[in-house]
Amino acid sequence: MIAEQLPILLIVIPLIAAPLCVLLGHRRAAYALALAVCWVTFGISVALLVQVQQSGPISYELGGWAVPYGIEYVVDYLSSFVMLFVSGMGAIVMTYAPTSLNRALLRSKHYLFHATYLLCLTGLLGMCITGDLFNVFVFLEISSLSTYALVSLGVTRRAPLAAFQYLVMGTIGATFILIGIGLLYQMTGTLNMADIAHRVQTVGGPRTVLVAFAFLTVGLFIKMAVFPLHSWLPNTYTYAPSVVTCFVAATAAKVSVYAFIRLIYTVFTPDFAFETLPLDTELTGLALIGIITASLTAIYQDNVKRLLAYSSIAQIGYMLLGISMANVAGLTAGIVHMFNHALIKGGLFMVVGCFAYRMGSVKLDDWRGAGKTMPYTSFAWVVGGLGLIGVPLTAGFVSKWLLLTAAVENNQWLVAGLMLVSSLLALVYVWRVVETLYFADPSEQAAAAREAPRGMLWPTYVVIGAVVVFGVWTEYSAVLAFQAASDLLEVTP
Amino acid sequence: MTPLLMIQLSLGLPLLAMLLVGLFGKFPNLREAGTLAVSSVLFWVNCNLATRVFSGERPQWSLGEMMPGFEIGFTVEPLGMLFALVASGLWIVTTVYAIGYMRSHDERNQTRFFACFAISICAAMAAAFAGNLLTLFVAYELMTIATYPLVTHHETEKAKQGGRVYLGILMSTSVAFLMLAIAWTWSVADTLEFADGGILALPHSEGKIREWQLGLLLGLFVFGIGKAALMPFHRWLPAAMVAPTPVSALLHAVAVVKVGVFSVLKVAVYVFGIDLMHDTGISDWLCYVAAATILLASLVAMTKDNLKARLAYSTVSQLAYITLGAALASAAGVIGGGMHIAMHAMGKITLFFCAGAIYVATHKTEISDMRGLGRVMPFTFGAFLIASLSIIGLPPGGGAWSKWFLALGTVESGQVVLMAALMISSLLNIAYLIPIPIRGFLPATDESSSGLREAPLMCVVPLCLTAIGSIVLFFVAPEIFGWLVPITQVTR
Repeated sequence: MIAEQLPILLIVIPLIAAPLCVLLGHRRAAYALALAVCWVTFGISVALLVQVQQSGPISYELGGWAVPYGIEYVVDYLSSFVMLFVSGMGAIVMTYAPTSLNRALLRSKHYLFHATYLLCLTGLLGMCITGDLFNVFVFLEISSLSTYALVSLGVTRRAPLAAFQYLVMGTIGATFILIGIGLLYQMTGTLNMADIAHRVQTVGGPRTVLVAFAFLTVGLFIKMAVFPLHSWLPNTYTYAPSVVTCFVAATAAKVSVYAFIRLIYTVFTPDFAFETLPLDTELTGLALIGIITASLTAIYQDNVKRLLAYSSIAQIGYMLLGISMANVAGLTAGIVHMFNHALIKGGLFMVVGCFAYRMGSVKLDDWRGAGKTMPYTSFAWVVGGLGLIGVPLTAGFVSKWLLLTAAVENNQWLVAGLMLVSSLLALVYVWRVVETLYFADPSEQAAAAREAPRGMLWPTYVVIGAVVVFGVWTEYSAVLAFQAASDLLEVTP
Repeated sequence: MTPLLMIQLSLGLPLLAMLLVGLFGKFPNLREAGTLAVSSVLFWVNCNLATRVFSGERPQWSLGEMMPGFEIGFTVEPLGMLFALVASGLWIVTTVYAIGYMRSHDERNQTRFFACFAISICAAMAAAFAGNLLTLFVAYELMTIATYPLVTHHETEKAKQGGRVYLGILMSTSVAFLMLAIAWTWSVADTLEFADGGILALPHSEGKIREWQLGLLLGLFVFGIGKAALMPFHRWLPAAMVAPTPVSALLHAVAVVKVGVFSVLKVAVYVFGIDLMHDTGISDWLCYVAAATILLASLVAMTKDNLKARLAYSTVSQLAYITLGAALASAAGVIGGGMHIAMHAMGKITLFFCAGAIYVATHKTEISDMRGLGRVMPFTFGAFLIASLSIIGLPPGGGAWSKWFLALGTVESGQVVLMAALMISSLLNIAYLIPIPIRGFLPATDESSSGLREAPLMCVVPLCLTAIGSIVLFFVAPEIFGWLVPITQVTR
C-alpha cells in the first residue's frame, strides 16, 4: 500500500516538513526533523530504484486523475538514478551541516536554514520525478528561490550580491523555460511530456516548435551554467555558506542537466535536436571551449571555492559532450558523470568547509602547511582531487574512460584529445592546493588549526570514500547509467 | 595451493604489509618485522607460481567488470612472472637495506614511507600479472600515485620541485598518450585482452587500421609509457633522485622503471605482435629513437659528478636497451629485453645500494670526493665493481647475456648501425662506471677519509647479496632463456 504511494511521499514529506521546521522554531528540534526527513527521502529513493529494477518504470497519477489530464509522476531508470544521488547528497550534507553552520549563521536562525534546505531538496526531487512539463517549471522555481535565499546567508557581505546576481540570471533562465513551455502548450494542447512527444510535429511543422525548443534550451543552458552563460556560478559558489555550496554544487546543476536530457530524449528526439538542428555541433563546441577556458581559469584562482567553481563549469562540459553523442556509450558516460561529479565535487566542497571551519578562510594562501595540523582533512582533499583529475580507482576515472572510449568510437578525436588535456589542467589546479598543503611552511591560521570536528570529518569521509568505492565497483553507477541510456534510446541492453 | 590462490596472495600480501605497517606504526621493530615476513612469504608464493608458469600454465583470475564491457583481470605469463620474481625478491633485500638506511638517518615519517612502499609493490605485482590493457593501466597509474609521497619524502622545496617533474611527466604522458592509445586499440580490436601474437594481428582487426596509423599508435604507446624513460620523456627519472636512496634503489632501478619497459615489451608482444611489427616495419623508427637514447643518456651520465644522478642517466640508457629489444621485432630482441629486466635490476639496485651506503657512512654524494673511500669500505666498492661489470655487459656479470641476445637481435634484423650503437654504448658504460671503483681504491690524497668505516651491517649485507646475485644470474641465464622462449612462439 505504502509502496505504491512512494513517488508522492518523496515530494510531500520534505515539502510539509519545511514549514514544520519554521513552526517548531527551535534549533535542535528543527534540525532533528530536517535530518530525519532527508534520510527518509533517501530511503524512499532507494526503494523506488529497487521497484524500478524489479518491475520496470512506475507511472503515478496524482490524485487519480488520468494522464494526460492530471499530473503524472514518472520513475524510470534515469529519474530514479538522479533522485538517488540528489537525496543521498542531500542527506549526507545535512548530517554535516550543523557544525559548519555555527560559523556562518546565528544559532537562532538555524531553523530557517533547515526549512529552506528542505524546500530546495523538494524542488530538485520534484524536477526529477515529474512527467509534466509545467510541473518542471514549478519545481525549478521552488528549488531556485530557496537556493537564492540559501546563498544569501553567506558570511561576507558579498553573499547577498552574489545571490542577487544568481537571482537575475536564474529568473531570466526560468522565464525562457516558461516561454518555451507556453509555446509548446500552444502547439500541442498538453503538458504531459510523453503526450507532447506524441503530438509535437518536429519535421516540417510550424516554426513555433523550433522557437519553443530554442527558449527551453537556452533557459536550461543558464541553469546548467553552460559556457558562456555561466557567469552566475563562480560568485554563487564562492560566497554561499560552505554547506550550501556543498549541496548546490553537488545537485542543482545536475538536475538541470537531467531536465535537459529529458527535453532532448523524451520530449523531443535526438534526431530532431542533432539531425534536423545542428545542436550536437554547438553543444560539442561550447562544451570544449567551456572545458578548456574554465579549467585554465581555475588554475589561476587564489580562492579555493572559486577554483572548484570554475572546475564545475568545466565538468558540466563533460556531461554535455556525452549527451551530444546521442549513442548509448556517450549518453552512459554523460549520465554517470552526473553521479560521479556530484560525489567528487560535493566531497571536495565538504573538505573546503572543514578547512574553512578551522582556519576561517578559503584563500589558498592561508592554507599553507595545513597538511601537518589537519592531516585527515588534507588527505581527503588529495583523494577527492585525484577523483577530479580522473585517476584510476576513483569515480572520476570511470566517467573519463567511458567518455573517452565513446569519443574514440565516434571518431571524435578532437574531443578525445581536448578532454584528456583538460584532465591534465585539473592535475595542475588540484596539485597546486596539494603542494600548498604539504610543502609550505605553516601560515598563522594553519599552525593554530586543529583537525576538523568529527561531525564534519565523518560525513566528508563517507563521500570521499564513495569516490573510491564507485571507482572500482560500478554496479550502482555505470551499470545503472547504462540502463538509463539504453532506455532513453530504446535499445535493449 | 592452487595457482588462483597464489595470484590472489601475490596481489593481497603487499596490501597486508601496508596494513601491518599502518597498524604497528608506533612500534618500528614490529612494523619492519611485519614487512620482512610478508615480503618473504610473497617471494615464496611467487616462486611456487613461477614453477607452474614456466612449465607452461597460464593461470587466470578475473575480478569482474569494472564498467560495462571493461574487465579487470589477471593472466600470468612468463614475462610478467619473471618481472614479479625480480621485484618481490628484491623487495626483501631492499626492506633490510631500508631499515639500515632510514634508521641511521633518523628519517621522519617512516610509517608512511614503508606503507607507500608496500602499495608500490602491490601495483608492481598487479602490472606484472595484468591480463588486459585496462588492468595494466590501472596498476601503472596506481604506482605513479603511490610513489609520489616517496619521491617527495623529505618535504623540502627541492623535493617539491622533483615531485612536480615526476608527477607532471608521468601523468601527462600516461593520460595524454597511453590512455588514448588504449582507447584506440579498443576501438580497433574490440578487446583489450592480451593475446598471443598480438591483439592487433587478430583476424578481425585486419583492415581496420592502416599502416601509418599503426606506427602512430605504437608511438602513443611507447611515449605514453613514460616510465620507460625514452627520450625526450626521461626527465622525471633524474628528478626522482631527490628521494631517499632505498626508493631510488628499488623503485627507480627496479619496480617503477621496470613496469615501464615491461609494459613496452608486453605491448610489443601481446598488442602488436612481433610478426606484425616485423612484417610492417612500423617499429623501425623506434629502434633509432631507442639507440639515440642509449647513446645520449650515456654521454650525459659521463658529465654527472653526483653519483645518484650518474646512475639515473645510466638507468635511462639501460632502459632504452629494453625498448630497443622490443622495437627490433625479433625473438632474440624480445628475449634479450626480457632478460635485461632481470639483469639490469640486480646490477642497478646494487649500485644504488652502494651509493646509499657511501652516503650513510661518509655523507658524500659527489664522485670526485670519493677518492680513497674503497680502502675503508672494501665491501661496498667491491660490490660496486661487480655490479658495474654486469651493467656494462662483461662476464661474469649477468648483463653479458642480455646484451649478447640484444646484439644478436640487431644482427637478426640486419641493423648493423644499431649493433655499432650497442658496442659504443658499452664502451661509454665502462667510461662512466669503472672510474668510480678505481678512484675509490686509489690512495686518498688527504686525511679526510680517516675515521670512516663501512656503513651499518643492515646496509652492507644487502648490497653484497645483490652483487653476488648479479654473478649468479650469469649462470642461470640459460634457464631464464628457456622461460622466455614461449612468449616468442605464437601458436594459433
